[in-house]
Amino acid sequence: MEHIIKNGFVYDPLNEVDGEKMDICIKDGKIVDSVSADANVIDATGKIVMPGGVDPHAHVAGAKVNVGRMYRPEDSKKDVEAAATGGRAGSGFSVPSTFMTGQRYAQMGYTTVMEAAMPPLLARHTHEEFHDTPIIDHAAFPLFGNNWFVMEYLKEGDVDGCAAYASWLLKATKGYTIKIVNPGGTEAWAWGGNVHGIHDPSPYFDIEAAEIIKGLAQVNEMLGLPHPIHLHCNDLGHPGNYETTLASFDVPKGIKVNAKTGSRDAVLYATHVQFHSYGGTSWRDVVSEAPTIANYVNKNDHIVMDIGQVTLDETTTMTADGPMEFDLHSLNGLKWANCDVELETGSGVVPFIYAARAPVPALQWAVGMELFLLTEDAKKVCLTTDSPNAGPFTRYPRVISWLMSNRARTDLMEGELHKWAQRKSSIATIDREYSFLEIAQVTRATPAKVLGLSDTKGHLGAGADADVAIYNFNPEIQNPSADYRALEAAFQHASLVLKDGIPVVKEGVVVNPTLRGRTYWVDTMLDETVYNEVVADVEKQFKQFYSVNFANYPVQDSYLPHSTPVKGVIQ
Amino acid sequence: MITLKPKEQPEVPLEVENVTPDAFAGKTVDEIKALPIWHGNGTVPLSDFFEVEGEAGATAAETQIIIDGDVPQTKRIGSGMTAGEITVKGNVSMYVGVGMKGGKITVEGNAKSWAGQDMSGGELTIMGNTGDYVGSSYRGDWRGMSGGLITVYGDAGNEAAEYMNGGKIVIKGDVSIMPGIHMNNGLLIIEGNVIARTGGEMAGGTIVVKGVIDEFLAGFKYHGVEKDIEVDGETIPGAFYKFTGDYAIKGANGTVYAAVAGNSHIAP
Repeated sequence: MEHIIKNGFVYDPLNEVDGEKMDICIKDGKIVDSVSADANVIDATGKIVMPGGVDPHAHVAGAKVNVGRMYRPEDSKKDVEAAATGGRAGSGFSVPSTFMTGQRYAQMGYTTVMEAAMPPLLARHTHEEFHDTPIIDHAAFPLFGNNWFVMEYLKEGDVDGCAAYASWLLKATKGYTIKIVNPGGTEAWAWGGNVHGIHDPSPYFDIEAAEIIKGLAQVNEMLGLPHPIHLHCNDLGHPGNYETTLASFDVPKGIKVNAKTGSRDAVLYATHVQFHSYGGTSWRDVVSEAPTIANYVNKNDHIVMDIGQVTLDETTTMTADGPMEFDLHSLNGLKWANCDVELETGSGVVPFIYAARAPVPALQWAVGMELFLLTEDAKKVCLTTDSPNAGPFTRYPRVISWLMSNRARTDLMEGELHKWAQRKSSIATIDREYSFLEIAQVTRATPAKVLGLSDTKGHLGAGADADVAIYNFNPEIQNPSADYRALEAAFQHASLVLKDGIPVVKEGVVVNPTLRGRTYWVDTMLDETVYNEVVADVEKQFKQFYSVNFANYPVQDSYLPHSTPVKGVIQ
Repeated sequence: MITLKPKEQPEVPLEVENVTPDAFAGKTVDEIKALPIWHGNGTVPLSDFFEVEGEAGATAAETQIIIDGDVPQTKRIGSGMTAGEITVKGNVSMYVGVGMKGGKITVEGNAKSWAGQDMSGGELTIMGNTGDYVGSSYRGDWRGMSGGLITVYGDAGNEAAEYMNGGKIVIKGDVSIMPGIHMNNGLLIIEGNVIARTGGEMAGGTIVVKGVIDEFLAGFKYHGVEKDIEVDGETIPGAFYKFTGDYAIKGANGTVYAAVAGNSHIAP
């Protein structure tokens, strides 16, 4: 099947196309240079054409997401969609059901989404949910930062052993990257505590966060993984945490990029940095340190970050940062779910209301906006809300409207937003507005590149997957700054979305809800001898410590009907 | 006045969100007969299960509905109503008066669980007994009933006034366990007896128990005996032990009054 998308305003940063009127040709699910005269013509006159959106960090599938769904029936009640609106019926505002998750991403023109935290032991559940999440390509990030094996290998200085273990775990869980959450802290939570800063050793294992981050960053490059270490720093959400954040950013600096797939420049991906950019010593004297963080990112090229923008909604927080969730529950008194995952990690879930009229959420909103607007190069920034932690992914269009419209921000600040936003941050003094090219950069190009998927994702050059989003907004006639509400509406319900060349959304309505996306995972093997030794050792430890048998642990291939391995180092 | 005469009640329950003065107001009898009600996973016209007679008022406030008989398989009568009146001359199923904002509902028989869930105004009167969760929040929500009055002349089940946030509930009979659990505000008066755990994890509001509380919780502080107590602008005659708590919750500020008569076993 051939398509030609004619006359749209194309924004494709990876190919340096900035709003030019040009045609996009599609053949057999791929972007090509030209098509025959028989190609189906799609008229995009007066519309914006972008590659399909890429979300590098969201919580959309797996055990803790499902806990969120199950223990928040009141969240399901307030957002119910009947099948009549296209696709399958579903419910849930902050933690939508699987079908609605895939459909709503597609409606916004997103075609690739990463599940940011997968407890290895619960990988099977995550892949089962992927199977029921339509349309979007996806991958899951297994959690490494509080894993007993990782901590033991690194404590002993056995980086080779750690690398072999990591390659086995990625294969066994069909995982995509090395995710690190509050390194050492979640393990400390199993002992009733937490760690503070990167030099506070975790109990029993007696290893510092800095050693875990550094060791895993080395492992990441030894294995040639497509994505750098994906780091959720220590001390999330604590006033004064920006110093820990800056110290953490420095740890992997100097390690050389060695990605076997893709073309990333970063050795560190720092996630939801908004939650890690606070000054002060308490919630009374807290201030934004976003300018300090943005300044660091401006001056350093080894890092790419996503923001975790607060959207000022009632949402559900969920993270492997177990102790942080307990702190949050102690703060807001709302219901708390907590889980310990044997030798691997833990997690917590707490509802949270980011009320615009309340001081702290207003400041958090401002911190996120400052990070977006003070980081000069959009090649270092990804747009996220750490969905659903700072707000549901369905608010990305609103975040885009804030970024593109100083007026949208001013209207909010002069309206209901608490004055702490202005008083404790510099947001009111910033008048930068993102261009459409920069929006395409932070929602497509940067995430695709840093994920190591930019050969096929995040751009519209020949050879890319034909994932294309067309939006009803005419940049020649309409002004995104003045008409920010129309902008938000256009990005909420795309005019047309193609996934691998197949129409999946037409005028905001899902038309192909049975389509299923690829599951990316990383296949890598550094040294077979070490690998076999390590696996034999792991098997022995399983008998002693795990509640499941070693043979039953790896996810079977049948769980990945659209398995798409990405190669790391193979020797 | 509109009279709904129930035909046979089906085994699969009906959900009648449309049986409200708001939905009936300004409609002809034929239009009312055609109003959709849920039966299983699909809708049927109201007239499939009810004979409809009479005349609706121009507005909800001027519309009175009489359900003339037992409807034990009919849920959500008066759902979200804002004004007017509904009288049921028999028993009802679950969720009568759910999300009610105004007007009056009288059930002359018994009501099953979740009566007056999430109510914010109006009056719900149940002449018989009711099940669990009378005047509760929506499942999972921590923001429950915020206004209005519920009166139960018979007994109620477990977790009456769960997460109550305002308004008043009077239960003239006995209740089972955990009345006023997680209560944050409002007034719950129980004229009969309570089995156990009155006010468990309550953070605010007032519970008055005129009968006997078999077992009381440890998280409450005793403040002595008070006579003819004044709550919510009215005086309740009698002598009561006063407790505050439940201090299992941080910053708790709830009050429980238990009649001195019969409750000496819970006073220190």
